[in-house]
Amino acid sequence: MSDFLQTLTSRLPSLGDAILVTLELTLGGAVLAMALALLLGFGARTRSLWVRGPSRVFIEFFRGTSLVVQIFWIFYVLPVFGFKMEALAVGIVALGLNFGAYGAEVVRGSVASVPASQWEATIALNMSWFHRVRRVIFPQAWALMIPMLTNLLIQLLKGSALAYYITLHDVNFWTTQLRRATSETVYSFTAGLLVYFVIAYLLTWGMNALEERAKRRLGRGTRPSLRDVVGLRPAVGTAAITGRGTAA
Amino acid sequence: MTSSTSTAQGGVPAIEFKDVVKRFGDNVVLDQLNFSVAKGDRVTLIGPSGSGKTTILRLLMTLEEANGGLILIDGDPYTHEYKGDRWVEIPEKRRRVVRNRVGMVFQQFNLFPNMTVLENIIEAPVNVLGLKKADAVARAEQLLEQVGMSEKRDFKTNQLSGGQQQRVAIARALAMDPEILLLDEVTSALDPEIVADVLGVLREIAETTDITMLLVTHEMQFAREVSNRVLMFDKGQIVEEADPETMFTHPKHERTQEFLKAVLG
Repeated sequence: MSDFLQTLTSRLPSLGDAILVTLELTLGGAVLAMALALLLGFGARTRSLWVRGPSRVFIEFFRGTSLVVQIFWIFYVLPVFGFKMEALAVGIVALGLNFGAYGAEVVRGSVASVPASQWEATIALNMSWFHRVRRVIFPQAWALMIPMLTNLLIQLLKGSALAYYITLHDVNFWTTQLRRATSETVYSFTAGLLVYFVIAYLLTWGMNALEERAKRRLGRGTRPSLRDVVGLRPAVGTAAITGRGTAA
Repeated sequence: MTSSTSTAQGGVPAIEFKDVVKRFGDNVVLDQLNFSVAKGDRVTLIGPSGSGKTTILRLLMTLEEANGGLILIDGDPYTHEYKGDRWVEIPEKRRRVVRNRVGMVFQQFNLFPNMTVLENIIEAPVNVLGLKKADAVARAEQLLEQVGMSEKRDFKTNQLSGGQQQRVAIARALAMDPEILLLDEVTSALDPEIVADVLGVLREIAETTDITMLLVTHEMQFAREVSNRVLMFDKGQIVEEADPETMFTHPKHERTQEFLKAVLG
């Protein structure tokens, strides 16, 4: 045990680098996924079949295929066609495409949950489509979608562990290296679990704060107690909201 | 009777329906409806539910799409037009030019919950009409004063009662300076003791502006006071039209007599 702790301590600096890689993958993937989710989520709602069709196909394809295979495909197969990317970029793109497809369903469902009467009011005020969405519809849908996006973000974080298989030195890689160096399978992988858990917890914490803010803007904030913000459980009242939205 | 023309003196009517057809599935709500409303007219649409009154307002606000016919605002084609023999939709870009002249107040208020009272009112004037923010705020404050809601300027909309929300919604519609105001059962969702407040606000607007108003209401007394013309609808057709006094005291058509007897008791 003391040997293990010694090795662990000596490897803390490299843990910092590993966490950085995992965070880059997670946040880069999340930003790309969110952009795609918005594009495809609204695309899947349009009247025009030329927009709706491709959006649906994209969503179904990237939801319906394995993330591992997608990562390998982009890393090993795409270069065959002349598209070679750095491993980190491959990880971000694969995570972004995959979770963008799930996120699109969240966006679509949440936007559909905003009452039609809100759209009607925006039409009566002669707003452009973009203006309607940006100022009225999205702020209301946003409060509904955050709990579901939090789920996806945590799954994305865990999915980023696959990056180890395309040569990236992330937390998963660091854990494996620790085990190799110490031969302590139990302690090494437990340490890995804890690192992922702490990152996930911090992300959840941030998302809960975002949700609280979004709800307060709609005038139905639940005055957040410290427990609500820090707690693992989402703030009061979200169960009813998430229940209404379409699950991913 | 399938057509009805304005009683007012010449000029281009503010609103004109030409052979407008609206179906929901197999249900024909409006069957080749013709009527027009002169500028500055206050027209009340009455009739049993399902007679197509609300559909007319929703077509005018482009919340529904017609299945045939033309809707003209100040003589300008609004939602559809004929290109040769072809009946085609007018693209959104052109619709928006005409839609600026039309405003609507809804039964359920439909305020934006993510904005304060003031923000609700200035949002479209600033971002749609391109008013300077300071000017929009000054105008909004004046309107809030008019509807008696100045004190609630910075409140979130869900902190307001129904009657207060509806008064804000009226101010929001007026802030766009519409030539035509559509009022869709604006008191139906309110408690009886609050209805009078809201009707008072509307009465004042009717007296102090020359906005063309088209209202669907069950408040027959209000219709009588405010409007100068009443159209009785049944099955998507105008069965009778008259000034309010005549309509409410000496209805000619049997359907009107039955309907008024039912609502006035």
